[in-house]
Amino acid sequence: MSNKPAILAEGLHKYYGKTHALAGLDLVAEEGTVLGVLGPNGAGKTTAVRILTTLLKPDAGHAEVAGLDVVKHADTLRSRIGLAGQYAAVDENLTGYENLKMFGQLYHLSGAKAKQRAIELLARFDLVDAGKRVVKTYSGGMRRRLDLAASLIVAPPVLFLDEPTTGLDPRGRLAMWDVISSLVSDGTTVLLTTQYLEEADQLAHRIAVVDHGRVIAEGTADDLKTQVGGERLELTIAPGGDLDAALKTIQPYSSGEIQISAEHRHLAVPVTRGAQQLAAIIRDLDAAQVLLDDLALRRPTLDDVFLTLTGHAATEAEAAAGEVEAARSLVRSV
Amino acid sequence: MESSHFHSAERLTPQARPALYWTLADALILAKRHLIQIPRIPEELIFATIQPVMFVLLFRYVFGGAIAVSGTTYVNYLMAGIFGQTVIFGSTSTGIGLAFDLQKGLVDRFRSLPMAKSAVLTGRTISDMVRNTVVILVMWIVGVLVGFRPEGSVLAWLAAVALLLFASFAFSWISATISLSVSTVEAAQSAGFIWLFPLTFASSAFVQTSSMPGWLRVFAEHQPVTLLVNAVRGLLLNHPDASTIWQVLAWYVGILIVFMPLAVWVYSRRIAR
Repeated sequence: MSNKPAILAEGLHKYYGKTHALAGLDLVAEEGTVLGVLGPNGAGKTTAVRILTTLLKPDAGHAEVAGLDVVKHADTLRSRIGLAGQYAAVDENLTGYENLKMFGQLYHLSGAKAKQRAIELLARFDLVDAGKRVVKTYSGGMRRRLDLAASLIVAPPVLFLDEPTTGLDPRGRLAMWDVISSLVSDGTTVLLTTQYLEEADQLAHRIAVVDHGRVIAEGTADDLKTQVGGERLELTIAPGGDLDAALKTIQPYSSGEIQISAEHRHLAVPVTRGAQQLAAIIRDLDAAQVLLDDLALRRPTLDDVFLTLTGHAATEAEAAAGEVEAARSLVRSV
Repeated sequence: MESSHFHSAERLTPQARPALYWTLADALILAKRHLIQIPRIPEELIFATIQPVMFVLLFRYVFGGAIAVSGTTYVNYLMAGIFGQTVIFGSTSTGIGLAFDLQKGLVDRFRSLPMAKSAVLTGRTISDMVRNTVVILVMWIVGVLVGFRPEGSVLAWLAAVALLLFASFAFSWISATISLSVSTVEAAQSAGFIWLFPLTFASSAFVQTSSMPGWLRVFAEHQPVTLLVNAVRGLLLNHPDASTIWQVLAWYVGILIVFMPLAVWVYSRRIAR
């Protein structure tokens, strides 16, 4: 296994009736790394996870996890992987402890080992007190932590996290990121699906961008951001303000082509290290007596990645070709 | 990596046991999961009991006076029907519980574990049988309060309860099959219930089949609910009929032979999406 990737998918296809959910998906994750699978709803992320975790058989293609074929060695594989899903799949009417103990027993640990493991995991996930209460009383973040704990019962070498932070508040999201990072530093290989570039950016060593069932870009977060074009400074000049003066002032800070919309008195300026330069830019604009209605530094979002890579917005993945332009201007005007 | 406290946990490998052992052990773990929830959601058990209690009161005091039965008092006649109706309606909780597990993603988690596949179904059918035992006991007490006086031996009464539980187990598998064949919890609820009404009311549960028109009688006298109720009635009122009991066993063993594999098949198809 040491010279093989921990996760390997080659040419996976899956049909649901007429829908081609996976259209030749390839994924690779080296042992001990995090692979972020980034894509909009319906891109095929969950289908891919379901195939890699033996829940679903591919219609074509081949996949190996921890060196085991996901179809041929499904039974053996199940005791080497952990899965935490979009929905916290724990029993609401059991306590946290009862849930973990039950899942431990269903992993076929002995009763004593299952109990011990439940106690260890509750401590690790800061759920010691909550462990005595039924899950119904938990916050969303606590449920996700318990769900994640349940997926770690046998300390699996490969872990699948399907949108682990979707629906969490910012605090819950940060806590979840911490937990995932510490797992990875312990040597676990993680496949993480997400709709948020920021999340992939924070956690993943490599990112695969998925759309319509196939990978359309793959690389490190920096690779992808370079493709997208980095940060943009967006300015709206006050009515009657001097657009030309603004343009002249901002020019030295631009790292590429400035997009100008005279009608909307709007400038979109590609910049690098925008945050550090922001104070200087504002000072210069002030000195040039340019009055602003709005000024914002935008970092690339998933929408930008999608616009750049596919020509359609992530959240409008199903938009017809004619609507693409509308989606484009919508994104720009945000 | 062995330095981290997380991976240093001693070998977390599964115990090696024969597959048949796990088929049973996993089912019991899941049955226990459902049973420890019963006292935590008392309203579920209360509502599962209120409905048959209302039927007892309705038929005992509202319709009972207008229904003629031969050989015994109406309340004695009625209780076997109530028991039959209670366990059969109670079996729908199997399908509803499964539908909730599917909806909440728990079934996905179970499927990603190295556990016996059938346990998700067996665990629920077993725990629902235990739950039905409690409901039968409550109904027995309610019956006695309104004048039900069983006759014959305690052994025969126990045999009647055993038949009822066996029937509830069999109907649970039908309920599981139905609910796995539809896509939502709501659909599972109505699809699981609707067909039980003709089956329990066009039976000997509340009235004698001799009062029904000929075409209905043919159906009523040969369907599994009538046979179950008749067998139970015989055992509770000291006129047990071996032939009826054998027919009941044949019916419900038959239902199990068809619906156990069918439910497992629908289950594995249902999740293969």
